[in-house]
Amino acid sequence: MTHLETGSPAPSEMSESDATAPVPDGRHNTLRWIMLAIGLVAALALPWFVYPPVAMDIAAWALFAISVDLLLGYTGLLSFGHAAFWGSSAYVTGLVAIHWGLPFPVAILGGMVFAMVIAVPIGYLSVRRTGIYFAMVTLAFAQMIYFVANQLGDLTGGENGLQAIPKSFFGIESVETDSFSFYYAAIGLILLGIWAAWRIIHSPFGRVLVAIRDNPARARALGYDVDRYKILAFVLSAGLAGLAGGVFAISHGFASLQELNWTTSGKVVLITVLGGIGTLWGGPLGAAIVVTLEDWLASSGFEGTGIILGSIFVVIVLLFRHGIWGTAQDLLRRLMSSRHDPGD
Amino acid sequence: MSAFVQYTVQGLAAGGFYALAALGLAVIFGVLGVVNFSHGAVYMLGAVAAAVLLDVLHVHFWVALAVVPILLFLVGVLMERLLIRWLLRLDPLYNFLLTFGLALILVDLVKLRYGVSGLPYERPAGLKGQVVIGGIGLSTYSVFVCLFSLFICGLVWLLLTKTRVGMIVRASTEDADRTRALGINVGRWVTPVFGFGIALAGLAGVMAAPFRAITADMGNNFVIILFAVVVIGGLGSILGAVVAGFLVGLVEAYGQAYAPTFAQVVIFVLMAGVVLFRPAGLFGRDETA
Repeated sequence: MTHLETGSPAPSEMSESDATAPVPDGRHNTLRWIMLAIGLVAALALPWFVYPPVAMDIAAWALFAISVDLLLGYTGLLSFGHAAFWGSSAYVTGLVAIHWGLPFPVAILGGMVFAMVIAVPIGYLSVRRTGIYFAMVTLAFAQMIYFVANQLGDLTGGENGLQAIPKSFFGIESVETDSFSFYYAAIGLILLGIWAAWRIIHSPFGRVLVAIRDNPARARALGYDVDRYKILAFVLSAGLAGLAGGVFAISHGFASLQELNWTTSGKVVLITVLGGIGTLWGGPLGAAIVVTLEDWLASSGFEGTGIILGSIFVVIVLLFRHGIWGTAQDLLRRLMSSRHDPGD
Repeated sequence: MSAFVQYTVQGLAAGGFYALAALGLAVIFGVLGVVNFSHGAVYMLGAVAAAVLLDVLHVHFWVALAVVPILLFLVGVLMERLLIRWLLRLDPLYNFLLTFGLALILVDLVKLRYGVSGLPYERPAGLKGQVVIGGIGLSTYSVFVCLFSLFICGLVWLLLTKTRVGMIVRASTEDADRTRALGINVGRWVTPVFGFGIALAGLAGVMAAPFRAITADMGNNFVIILFAVVVIGGLGSILGAVVAGFLVGLVEAYGQAYAPTFAQVVIFVLMAGVVLFRPAGLFGRDETA
């Protein structure tokens, strides 16, 4: 055990998840389906209420946050370097779309595969450490990718980034020109990614991840190759981050170094923690809040976005560690259990 | 040969900043178990404070070298008392996130006040130009930075090994619970130690002021390199922080000289190598889970 882990009396505090909740009864299941329906309707209705490019940003950041939560909430690993996967996929997606003129879903697939490929060595090295060390090591490797992208200026455009990424979509012109149509062309990919995350979490594999999160020594004693599970989770998470980054790049029509910067890694962790660690639904909620807030701040001309985001971070970490969704869940659970109380 | 010596001195100077700041990071981590993400922002504050003091109050470099760390010590005390303290009993990742938030706030506050272009800072008289040692011309300021940071590291070393306070700090770094069991009030030292670590980062910042471009973003990359430094040295190790700090400075300087395209990358390759072959760090005790 590291110095750190012994120093924390309640490791599970970092990751209150529905995965540890008792087996859902019938009503619980109905509730889950209702929420799923609400989520789907919200995703499809979003561009009617929000400026479509902003809606696309929310969707991309939502999936990005879910990819981080897959590691943080369900495997107990805080990656502070996920910008490496989001950003490198953004670049590769852009390059494929520009140079080969392929339809954007194919380009995004290319970016996603690239993100997963670089995640293998990074994951292999990073899982050798846990806790805070894991966060620092992933952060450092992400910064390395940033420098490499900066140096490969001929390919990535260096400081200028990759400009004019086309949105080709099987010759359908409205998708290429109209951000509203593009949203509907791309949201399927995001939903597919969220569905994949949900499948992973609720699969036997996901259960092993939760077991590793809660007690790595016991998982190892039960015969699970803990490091291998962690690496696999890391690579899958990188793939989802890559998918999100690819959609983001296509939507904006450019990929910049900002996508690889550590502030991007920090922002997605903020979104995840704000929404609620280990909740899956928290990601979209946090993304909606942060992206809308940033958009509003930018349009109001306020320069110090970091002051606001940093303050949110401080307040959340000090006062609402379960995040918005987690806090709501706690309240709901308390409400329900008090109703079931026989003495009540 | 003379070029090689020049690169070495440059590397040791850059390493001096890393060593001082990493020393602060290591002491804070040792006693509080906190990895302070705002360390880079504090380094930036140190440089900005020196520049502002010079510009507005005409405070000389040598005075700033003493005053700014004291000011930042007080800032550190406030940070610990008002914020860090509340999360010490929880998973250390929470304080990592908290200090990340603080870093965002500090950087953007400075950006709002002083803009994104660099603040000017003239090298203090007496440290300009070059000195010639053994027929090789070296930047006086680089030589000063090497010697002064080594001097401070030595001072801290004496403080840690020869005084009672130092003994308590080392003992709590080793095993805080057992130190408590021996009847020592570790909690009493938490606040001053945090302030002290912050002051060291600030001192590195003041020393960097005449040497580097002073901007709000100057600490952003610095803090990540610092993390690489402490991963290489072994996070719990004070000696490791200093040695790895100079080592990383050297690697960076040689990289810039002989492989400029990948100068920054080399540091992370070094870190990858350490993680691969000695996960606990060069001087860390082997306690990986």
